[in-house]
Amino acid sequence: MAATALFVATRKGAWIYRADSKRDAWEVDGPHFLGHIISHLVLDPRDQTTLLAAAKTGHLGPTIFRSTDRGMTWKEALQPPAFNKAREGETGRAVDHTFWLTPAHINEPNVWYAGTSPQGLFRSEDGGVTWHGISSINDDPQFREWMGSEKDGTPDGPKLHSIIVDPRDPRHLYFGMSGGGVHESLDRGETWRVLINGMDVVEGYGFDASNPIFHDPHCVRMCPSNPDRLYQQNHCGIYRIDRLSDSWMRIGRNMPQEVSDIGFTMTVHPHDDNTAWVFPMDGTQVWPRTSPDGRPAVYVTQNGGETWKRQDAGMPKEQAWWTVKRQAMCSDSHDPVGLYFGTTSGELWMSRDEGHNWERIAEHLPEIYAVEAAVV
Amino acid sequence: MKVLIPSALQSYTQSSQVEANGSTLGEVLLELDQQYPGIRFRMVDEQEQVRRHIRIFVNGISVNRLSQTLHPIDEVAIVQALSGG
Repeated sequence: MAATALFVATRKGAWIYRADSKRDAWEVDGPHFLGHIISHLVLDPRDQTTLLAAAKTGHLGPTIFRSTDRGMTWKEALQPPAFNKAREGETGRAVDHTFWLTPAHINEPNVWYAGTSPQGLFRSEDGGVTWHGISSINDDPQFREWMGSEKDGTPDGPKLHSIIVDPRDPRHLYFGMSGGGVHESLDRGETWRVLINGMDVVEGYGFDASNPIFHDPHCVRMCPSNPDRLYQQNHCGIYRIDRLSDSWMRIGRNMPQEVSDIGFTMTVHPHDDNTAWVFPMDGTQVWPRTSPDGRPAVYVTQNGGETWKRQDAGMPKEQAWWTVKRQAMCSDSHDPVGLYFGTTSGELWMSRDEGHNWERIAEHLPEIYAVEAAVV
Repeated sequence: MKVLIPSALQSYTQSSQVEANGSTLGEVLLELDQQYPGIRFRMVDEQEQVRRHIRIFVNGISVNRLSQTLHPIDEVAIVQALSGG
């Protein structure tokens, strides 16, 4: 019977939860790297054995830890992601933390991509042992301009995230920058094109919507059942794009007005490209970044964003002021699909019936940064 | 020379005190990295700057430049700053 595993990255370490396909009882394995800030913990779906963890501590610089036995033992990368040393007289950048990890195409075993803060894109061709910067992003003056400064990102640093590899073509890549827009490559990262048409910018300041610097995609997901369809949770709404179109549609306009379409995370159904879930948050006034009115809920669309339905059965009905970060909601590939999210208050939640009912798997964990599910 | 290692880096050295040689602080940290691969990047970034929350003392005096000259009798102490998260 296929087992289900959840890889939970937190502000103070990593945990692995395992259950069978019924997902009734979960066994906990952890903490791993207690005290380390783990931004992402990802299992390689190509060998279902290799795990990479993006780590740093409050004092120490960033690194990547690798396991080739599903987390029983760990070794550190020999050459973690790092920018090129600046030339004499120039100011260089230093990676503060690796934020995002993506295994590459199934026909490119051992190839991984990493996104960092400050924003950089890196590639490993040896399973995460050594990493090299992708110059077309990291050293390109135009991209550096779009990345902006430290003030143009999230409170703990601007991030390159949502690195997506088209399952039909290893050369076809996407990524998002907070801030800096969505970008696409058709040649494995040699060249890039901007993909921001249709995306809104913050109103009232005269920002030019054609300039990537004003765009803040929070989370971009490709539908496994239809790689031509992508969904996006943005600082300014929820979007869908159907390629070959180059324009995003703001499907979040159809969300209930009292909830709005602001949030960080989004996940898609593994078998149905019309179904996706978001976790709205309060983006009013000073941006509390909590569940709206202290009443957390997932919202699902089953028609590509034409309508949305609230799913909160089992969640607190009031006074629950947590939210879910961009990497902290995911689905598994069972039927019915299991959904999972981790909260800023350290709770791990699941639904084994596609969001209709929710229950808590764990509480009292540190702030959860990322949750990834795998059926192994 | 004697190098004192903070608890956060003892996963590399398995010891709170090790020996490393060099005529500058930078050389000592490079030799440390040869003995304990990966330890230097946790303390010094790719622009050759000592990381924000790492402090280094030579004979009790704070030092921040990798070019700082050292002598065999010096004692280097690597310390986690009273900061972090």
